[in-house]
Amino acid sequence: MLAKKNMVPFKGTKEQEAQLLEVISQLKDQEGSLMPILQKAQDIYGYLPIEVQTIISNETGIPLEKIYGVVTFYSQFSLYPKGKYNISVCLGTACYVKGSGDLFARLKERLGIEGGQTTSDGKFSLTDCRCIGACGLAPVLTVNEDVYGRLTVDDIDGIIAKYE
Amino acid sequence: MANVNIKINGIDVSAPAGSTILEAARLANIDIPTLCFLKEINEIGACRICVVEVKGARSLVASCVYPINEGMEIWTNTPKVIESRKKTLKLILSNHNRKCLSCVRSGDCELQKLCHDYKIDDETFYDGEKTESEIDTSAAHMIRDNSKCILCRRCVAVCAKTQGIGVIGANERGFKTNIGSAFDMGLGETSCVSCGQCIAVCPTGALAEKDYTDEVFAALADPEKYVIVQTAPAVRAALGEEFGLPIGTSVQGKMAAALRKLGFDKVFDTNFAADLTIMEEANEFLGRVKNGGVLPMITSCSPGWVKYCEHYFPDMTENLSTCKSPQQMFGATCKTYFAEKMGIDPKNMVVVSVMPCTAKKFEIGRDDQNAAGIADVDIALTTRELARMIKRAGLDFNALADEEFDLPLGLGTGAAVIFGATGGVMEAALRTAVETLTGEELKELNFTAVRGTEGIKEATYNVAGMDVKVAVVSGLANARELLNKVKSGEADYHFIEIMGCPGGCVNGGGQPQVPASVRNFTDVRALRAKVLYDLDEANSIRKSHENPAIKEIYAEFFGEPGSEKAHHILHTSYVKRSIN
Repeated sequence: MLAKKNMVPFKGTKEQEAQLLEVISQLKDQEGSLMPILQKAQDIYGYLPIEVQTIISNETGIPLEKIYGVVTFYSQFSLYPKGKYNISVCLGTACYVKGSGDLFARLKERLGIEGGQTTSDGKFSLTDCRCIGACGLAPVLTVNEDVYGRLTVDDIDGIIAKYE
Repeated sequence: MANVNIKINGIDVSAPAGSTILEAARLANIDIPTLCFLKEINEIGACRICVVEVKGARSLVASCVYPINEGMEIWTNTPKVIESRKKTLKLILSNHNRKCLSCVRSGDCELQKLCHDYKIDDETFYDGEKTESEIDTSAAHMIRDNSKCILCRRCVAVCAKTQGIGVIGANERGFKTNIGSAFDMGLGETSCVSCGQCIAVCPTGALAEKDYTDEVFAALADPEKYVIVQTAPAVRAALGEEFGLPIGTSVQGKMAAALRKLGFDKVFDTNFAADLTIMEEANEFLGRVKNGGVLPMITSCSPGWVKYCEHYFPDMTENLSTCKSPQQMFGATCKTYFAEKMGIDPKNMVVVSVMPCTAKKFEIGRDDQNAAGIADVDIALTTRELARMIKRAGLDFNALADEEFDLPLGLGTGAAVIFGATGGVMEAALRTAVETLTGEELKELNFTAVRGTEGIKEATYNVAGMDVKVAVVSGLANARELLNKVKSGEADYHFIEIMGCPGGCVNGGGQPQVPASVRNFTDVRALRAKVLYDLDEANSIRKSHENPAIKEIYAEFFGEPGSEKAHHILHTSYVKRSIN
């Protein structure tokens, strides 16, 4: 429901798959092995797309839906790869009262993705964070290591243009 | 086990140790309301409707999972308890689509009943944001409307535990929590087998079959159409419940009368096709034994089971009998033999089936189910949909005088009517196979070892010098357990009956919904099955091969069981599917 399909093409390698299969064969007979398998799988691939969850389901016999339920329950797991440029908007108190919610909404609209997702070309991902300790510059966002502060919605297009 | 003495609402109660407060209260005829609780299936104490006060306890406790102790004092109806239940109901309503007037479950919704009983007079009290959802219509047999879901997880539990499938579950967390499939696939894209057990346990209108009653009324009103109806064995054992009759009431005669009054041109019976199935299936089985064919042979009457086999045991589709299910054999026979006999163009026929099953809606759209070049069956209704038609047509069902089915395709034997209970197909097949093999009349027609509601039953019968090992399974988690034994070589059966729903068709996903308050404390399957075994006993013909209409159709049309013509019309093929 509600546009949750992964749009980023899967680029997993044979080596990654071999690593994952090795992890699963070590852990699968232990009780409660799904969480550590998912954690290791995310270490290997960086995220948990349907291709990876399907391998885990086939190897462990755990229904795909159950795996997906766990992945979407815990915020430590991601269904999307990090983009080349990860845009992180501070939604902490100071930034939020200064309008960072509007910045976030504009970014979703401009990039055509929801928070936590990645554009289909793999270029931009969008996340939110809490306080990054730059409240004096509120509202703040970061693009990888670059910090942008005292922003308005009108600044968003210009920032994105720098990275396109 | 020893008994424990407790007090409930000041009354002394003695209940077996290990009982929950809910069970002990039942023994004292005190009904504690529940929503999420389904005995042995969903015991998670999550919804908090069943809370009670316990002396010495710091807070209210969930009676569905709280065990009793010696000397415990419990109150089930104090103002504190009632206020808590009211608050819970109002909170559920704050995120509930309250379109009760147009809801399929209006009148038998468990949430609606509780709101009524607890005098909820302000359903908007906690209103605010609602969880976003979309209606899922992707599956052939049902719709899922999460705006009416109360997250009780009864459907999730029955799918994962009882059926061993698990294509639905809880996704996301907190306010966004929703019941759905992996990666938000539509149910139709998953390896859902269409059994409808989720619908059977849903307390609200979130899950429902796709309703085709308007299409049937339209066909009945069309003078160009010759509309034939068939009813599965299990329907007559449960339809009465929709009209307030006790569980376990046979309404075979009233049902036939109601169908005739609805205006069907012919009121036939799937029982006829069940007898036909036995002729073909017994012949197929004997052939496989004689010619070294694939064994064990497994029945193919239950479309939920067949789809399960295709998804989860694709390497065993060769074991499935090639016989179409009785529903499909019936449709195929109507549009070939009966159309020819009556001089009717099968294209002008509309074959409607009434089934205890939602998977039958999927089955009518399968490939290789079109003997006359068009679909064997046009519309498959559930027992519930037939009840809706009878109500909409204004028929006073309980006052109808019993009527008979039409001939010839309305004639069925006692062997056919027990198809609706787990073990029935096996028993019917044995009656015919044993007499065919030995050439002697059976002294004892009741094969009691394969009767009863247990999930897995086994028996060995010595037939004409050969030990025939059979197994009978219902519920798909049980099927998985048994098939894994067959694959590993641990079990070596010759013939297996598998029904998708626990207890067989009497407990099918299309049967009248039994509220949890009744279901948790009543053996619904056994009561409904008894109707069928009684009808078998009362039938003067109890063996499929002795059905005169069956003898006639082989003499006039098919030749003999397994003939080329029979193969073309009455048999089918399977596909291999993946797991999603």
